[in-house]
Amino acid sequence: MADRDANIATISAPTQSYPPAPSPHLKQRLGPSLLLKGVRKAFADVVAVDGLDLQVNRGECFGLLGPNGAGKTTTIEICEGLTAPDDGLVELLGMNWRSNEKELRQRIGIQLQETRFPEKLTVNETLRLFRSFFKRGISVDESIRTAQLEDKRRSRIAGLSGGQKQRLAMACALVGDPELLFLDEPTTGLDPQARRHLWDLIDNLKRAGRTIILTTHYMDEAERLCNRVAIMDHGKIIAMGTPQELIASVGGEHIVEFAIVANGSGNAPVDLTSLTELPDVHAYRVDAGLHQFSVRELHKAVPSIFDALNGMGLQLSEFRTHSATLDDVFLRLTGRNLRDE
Amino acid sequence: MNSLEFSSLYQLTMARFRLFLREPEAIFWIFVFPILLAVGLGIAFRNRPPDVLPVAATTMQLTQALNTDKSLSAVTMDEAAGFHKLATGDILLLVVQTPNGVTYQFDDTNPDARTARLLADHAVQAAEGQHNAVPVDNKLVHEKGARYIDFVVPGLLGMNLMGSAIWGLGFAIVDARQKNLLKRLVASPMPRWQYLMSFLLSRLVMLVVEVVAFLGFAWLVFGVPFRGSILELAFLCVLISMSFSGLGLLVASRARTTEGVSGLMNVVMLPMWILSGVFFSASRFPAIIQPFVRILPLTAANDALRANMLQGTAITHLIAPVVVLLVWLTIPFAISLRIFRWR
Repeated sequence: MADRDANIATISAPTQSYPPAPSPHLKQRLGPSLLLKGVRKAFADVVAVDGLDLQVNRGECFGLLGPNGAGKTTTIEICEGLTAPDDGLVELLGMNWRSNEKELRQRIGIQLQETRFPEKLTVNETLRLFRSFFKRGISVDESIRTAQLEDKRRSRIAGLSGGQKQRLAMACALVGDPELLFLDEPTTGLDPQARRHLWDLIDNLKRAGRTIILTTHYMDEAERLCNRVAIMDHGKIIAMGTPQELIASVGGEHIVEFAIVANGSGNAPVDLTSLTELPDVHAYRVDAGLHQFSVRELHKAVPSIFDALNGMGLQLSEFRTHSATLDDVFLRLTGRNLRDE
Repeated sequence: MNSLEFSSLYQLTMARFRLFLREPEAIFWIFVFPILLAVGLGIAFRNRPPDVLPVAATTMQLTQALNTDKSLSAVTMDEAAGFHKLATGDILLLVVQTPNGVTYQFDDTNPDARTARLLADHAVQAAEGQHNAVPVDNKLVHEKGARYIDFVVPGLLGMNLMGSAIWGLGFAIVDARQKNLLKRLVASPMPRWQYLMSFLLSRLVMLVVEVVAFLGFAWLVFGVPFRGSILELAFLCVLISMSFSGLGLLVASRARTTEGVSGLMNVVMLPMWILSGVFFSASRFPAIIQPFVRILPLTAANDALRANMLQGTAITHLIAPVVVLLVWLTIPFAISLRIFRWR
C-alpha cells in the first residue's frame, strides 16, 4: 500500500479527490498498471515511436497528448498488444503480451480510434456479442446504463449519432469490467455537446477507480480529464507531469491578452518587451496585434500592467485574461500550434 | 438459453445470421435469383411437341404425297418462288419434279432440313408404292431426367452454392476488416477460430434453407428427378459449400477493401461459370484443357450433383469429384489460416 500512497502523492490533482478502488480485484497486484521502457517502433523508414519510457499508476487517468502523427496511436496500440514494438519492454498489470495474452485480453478494455460496428446490429445485440467474449464482467444492461444509451438499446447502429456510436464503443470496452481502459481519441470528430457528455462518462469511470489511458489532440480534454499527461511530438515524450505542473513549468499560470488603440502616429507596432521586467510578468509575445503575457498572479500583475500602459500613454481597446492551458505549453515547447496540424 | 447467451460462438453465429437476414439484396441473390433463373431456363428450353417441318413441292401430286406424313406441312409453288422461300428460311426443303424423278433442294448443314429430306423422300417413295422391308412400330418415350431442365438444375445448384459461400465469406470478412471491426474483435478476448467458425456455422444453416427452397421448387414445378440417396445429396451439398467457403476465406484473407475483394471473387468465379458445366456440359471443351476443367471445384461439384440426382450414382462411385472437393476444402483453408490478416 505504501507504493500506492506514494503514487497518489505524486499525482496531486487539486480539484479531484482521489477515490478508493472499489472492487477487490483492482488491488490484487500492486505496482504500475502500465510500464513502458525504451519502446521503439519504426514503419518502413518512419520512426513512429522513438524510445518511450512511461509508467501509469493504478487508478490514474493518464493522457497521451500530441498533434496528429506524433505517435500516440502507435504507442497505445503497442500497449494494447495490437502492434509489436521493434524494441523495448511493455508490461501491463505486471504481465507481458508474449506470455499472458489471454489473461490480459480478459482484463483490459479497448476503444480503438475508429471502429465501425455492423450497422444492422442493434446496440443491445452488439453489447451481448462483446459481453460473450469475457469470462466475467458487468451485465449488458449495466453497460448500456453506464454509456447512457438506454433509449437506443433497440436501435440499429446505423441510426446512432456520432456521440452515441462513440459511447457504444466505450460500452464495448467496459462490458468486461476492465482494470485498465484504453481510449484512443474518444472525442475526435464529436460536436461540443457530445464531447462534454463523453467527458462526464469518463469522469464517472475515474470516480469508480479505473485506470484509464487516453490519447487526444485536444489540450482542453487532457486538462479536464487527466491526472497526468505526457506530451508527445515526433515519437518522443517532450514533457510529462500533471497539467498544473506542465503549465507552471512554462512560467505563469495565467495569460493576459490586450490590444492597443492605434494613435495618431499610424499603426506602428508597439514594443512592450519592457513590461516583462515587471514583477510576476514573464513571457511576452505578440500575435496579430494582440499582446500576450504570461503572469503568475493576476491580482498583482494586472494593476502594474495598467500603470505601465498609462505611463506610456497607451489606451486599451481590448483586455482579457485566461488561465494558461496545455495549448500554451505545447506552443512554448515546440513553437508550433497544436491545432495548426 | 442462459449458457448460450454467454457462448461467444453462439453470439458470433447469431450476429452473422442477423446481418445476413437484414440484407435484402443478399436474400434476393441467394434465394430468389436461382429460382428465377431456373424458371427462365425451364421456359426457354421446355420440351415442345415435335415440330411440323414446312416444305414445298412443285406439283400438286408431290405435295399430296408429302402431306401424308404428319410431320411435314407441304404447299405447292413454282421453283423460283420455292427457291426464294428456301433462301429466306420459310421452308426447309423444296421438292422439284424433274423429267427423271425428283430433286431435293435443302441446306445440309441444318439438322431440321436433313430430317425433312429423309421424311420427304420416304413419303415420295411410299406414294410410288415402296414398302418397308421390315415391319416397324414406334413406341414413344418422354423420360424425366433427360430434359435440359434436369441437366441445368444441378448445375444451378452448384453455381449457387459457390456464389453464396464465396460472397458470404469474402465480402463480409473484408467489410469487417475495412471497418476496423476485425481489429476491434482481436483486441477483445474473442477466440479467433470462433470468428471464422461462426461463418461456417451460419453457412450450414443458410445452406439448408437455400438448397431445400431451390430443389423443392425444381421438384414441384419441373418434376426434376432425385434418383440418388437424399442423405448423400445432403452430404455433397455440405461438402461443396464448405469447399467454396475455404476458397472464400482464401480470397478474403488479405484484401483490405471490398472493391478489391469483389474483383478477386470475380476472377475466381468467372472461369468456373464458363468452364464447369453449369449451362452446358463441360466435356464440350477441347481435350487439351480438360485436365484443368476437371480439377475445378465447380466441375467436381456439378458432376457429383448430376450423378447423384440424375443417375442415382452412389457416393462410393463418386470418389474422384469428392476427392477434388476435399482437396479444395483443405488447402485453401490451411493457406488462409496462415496468411489471414486480422487487422
